[in-house]
Amino acid sequence: MAEAIRFDGISKRFGAVEANCAVGFAAAPGSIHGVVGENGAGKSTLMSILYGYYQPDEGRILLAGQPVRIDTSAQAIALGIGMVHQHFVLVDDFTVLENIVLGVEAGFRLGPALAAARRRLAELEASYGLAVDLDAVVGGLPVGLRQRVEILKALYRGAEILILDEPTAVLIPAETEQLFAILRRLKAEGKTIFLISHKLREIMALTDRVTIMHQGRVVADLATSATSEAELAELMVGRKLAALPAPSLARPGSVLLSASGFTVQDRAGIRRLDRIDLTLRGGEITGVAGVSGNGQSELLAALAGLIPVEGVLLWEGDEVPQRHRAQALRRLGLGHIPEDRQRMGLIAGFEAWETAILGYQREPAYARRHFLRIGAARDETRRLMAEYEVRPGAPRLRSAAFSGGNQQKLIAAREMARAPKVLLVGEPTRGVDIGAIELIHARLRALRDAGTAILLVSSELDEILALSDRILVMAGGRFTGELSRAEASERRIGLMMAGLAA
Amino acid sequence: MTNRDLPPLIDYGLIPLLNLLAALAVSGVVFAIIGVPPWTALASMAEGAFGSGDGIGYTLYYATNFIFAGLAVALPARAGLFNIGGEGQAMLGGLAVALVCLGLPGWPWWAALPLVVAAALAGGAAWALVPALLQVRRGSHIVITTILFNFLASKLLTWMLVDVIKAPGDPSPETAGFAPSLALPGIEGSPLNLSLLLALVAAFLAWLLINRSVWGYELRAAGQSPEAARYAAIPAGTLAVLAVCLGGACAGLIGVNEAMGVEHRLVLSFTSGAGFVGIAVALMGRNHAFGVVLAALLFGALYQGGSELSFDYPQVTRDIVIVMDGLVILFCGALEQLWRRPVTALWRRR
Repeated sequence: MAEAIRFDGISKRFGAVEANCAVGFAAAPGSIHGVVGENGAGKSTLMSILYGYYQPDEGRILLAGQPVRIDTSAQAIALGIGMVHQHFVLVDDFTVLENIVLGVEAGFRLGPALAAARRRLAELEASYGLAVDLDAVVGGLPVGLRQRVEILKALYRGAEILILDEPTAVLIPAETEQLFAILRRLKAEGKTIFLISHKLREIMALTDRVTIMHQGRVVADLATSATSEAELAELMVGRKLAALPAPSLARPGSVLLSASGFTVQDRAGIRRLDRIDLTLRGGEITGVAGVSGNGQSELLAALAGLIPVEGVLLWEGDEVPQRHRAQALRRLGLGHIPEDRQRMGLIAGFEAWETAILGYQREPAYARRHFLRIGAARDETRRLMAEYEVRPGAPRLRSAAFSGGNQQKLIAAREMARAPKVLLVGEPTRGVDIGAIELIHARLRALRDAGTAILLVSSELDEILALSDRILVMAGGRFTGELSRAEASERRIGLMMAGLAA
Repeated sequence: MTNRDLPPLIDYGLIPLLNLLAALAVSGVVFAIIGVPPWTALASMAEGAFGSGDGIGYTLYYATNFIFAGLAVALPARAGLFNIGGEGQAMLGGLAVALVCLGLPGWPWWAALPLVVAAALAGGAAWALVPALLQVRRGSHIVITTILFNFLASKLLTWMLVDVIKAPGDPSPETAGFAPSLALPGIEGSPLNLSLLLALVAAFLAWLLINRSVWGYELRAAGQSPEAARYAAIPAGTLAVLAVCLGGACAGLIGVNEAMGVEHRLVLSFTSGAGFVGIAVALMGRNHAFGVVLAALLFGALYQGGSELSFDYPQVTRDIVIVMDGLVILFCGALEQLWRRPVTALWRRR
């Protein structure tokens, strides 16, 4: 087998943490190579080494059999390695063309450089089926197209090896299908593609080989045709996974929270929420499916009292006034696992115990006469960490030092531990590994069975389908459909998400 | 994730020390250029700052002002706001002190002190309130407004001292002397007085508030992540105003040290730039109350050692001392990361 690229005994340590330990495997030209593993398994570190962000402590990278040294991302690009970031790095106010040319302009004068780029890009678009309007302003493009711009950017810089980090996390099913078609085409043209993903179904559908990492080591390197989703999952986690038991039937109780006529306008006067009515009952999980950016964030923020909203909010039948609504709701028993855990759910510079009391800092358990009960808060955090399997279980560690999955478990623990009457949940498992997903899902169900009203907003259809008793589909700031668990299927929801009746 | 990769002893001890040494090394070059042997210059400074009882007294006297001024920057900084108005807030504090002291002739100092302190706190806080409100309500940048308020304060002080509360018959713009009974007890031979204790108490209370109280927790949360604070239903705006006003109140206490402790009257330029040194002190003290105390001591020593040095060497003018202060600020504040990378790399390789 010819090799496009080989990792040879790559090791990388960060302090006491062994992020990569003697990692070795190879990928063939014209293939799609999956890399899977839990958060913190070392996938990102390895790809960062390939892209020149980090230097390995030991080991080397061979391109087509030749050892290469990659000290900077500029060198990586020169060697034909391209990265499509999970969070796009595009200038919103620039056009597609300007974004692609940015940094590799062919000359001092912009006009001729852009004209030359336009010709080459037309060829690239035609040969890979990557249709994008070069003159569209990037800020106005849907996520799927922005991702194409990122791919075009890499190809324009001569990428032969493409790294895609969780490329489908932000896409609707139709966009995902289009992306896959593009990737297959790139593969047919002889490109080598590394696909990092948590979604094993996609790995199975798309890749030729798959490398499974666990705690910094390669635990298996298999031909995709010779394995299964279940085997991959077990290899990733390093143990047998307990299948989530089939959900018991929901026993919806009384209405706990209800919103009517909820309308939110942004600064430009566009309605982000358009006269939404919603009721949440105890003992029921209401799922909200939809492509990110269709008003779900505003819905969560408005229900939690974080942004001004038109309309009426009732808590167990009583109106909650607009003033100091967030405080009032918290006092009444509202829990909220926010969508954006990095910016809202935790404070990066705070120690874990400080993050674990965020929003509850005035509760008697944590404060006595205006002073923090630091010892009590740390003990309680240690207990929560044990119960929700947050690793490392160190209350004094800074919040930013935990992996994404562990940060999420800490936040979930904080919001669920007090058995809230109503729990708002936004993207609880985005970018979170299988083990943590399993735990969070099980806890959400347990909470539902104990009588909590749960609103689950997720762009993962699998998650919506697995947990929801009732599914609302959101598009353009409105609910475009409602389905019971029995009626729901990925196809029907997908159509409603795209704004089509089903 | 950079900070806590290092043990605290290195983070808070070794790195500031390296920064200081780098600043002194460059200062040494400056001394050599103007013909003062660097080593003897440093020795002369150290001798001046710590070599005698009087020297120590002066060092601590300067440090007193710098603690107040440092807290004036550090407290708002924890709420995410940069208060550059310490100078103006100190002037208002001084005015308040003078008005109270002039109104209480014959009171013993210990009876007047609570009133005087309350007045100084109120004066400084009041001058900080408007910029704070403008920032929180209207989004007017607090850096700009506090700088403007420094000018306003300076004009107000001049007008008061020239036209309103000037001592009759005195040619200079200052108030009449306070009653001798109002003088704070101090150390003979230096301007050091009881205000140092006041400064240490203020620093301790600031620490208690910021690091141990629920308010402080909410303040830090709002300062580090406004989004998270909103999520946690923390009234970030109110807390920000409170923090800036508390900072202004601390700056106001400079007036107690200067007017009640040293001059026993209010003179025009009593703040002598201490409010601005406070920015460097807070920067170097990492906005931590105890860090501010240590940094204030360092700057106190630099000031006192510097004046001693210009005494010993005529070519060391006041400007050269300012150059040296500037270098310390540059290396300890702006270039604070200079040694962090290599030290972190060394620590990791271990």
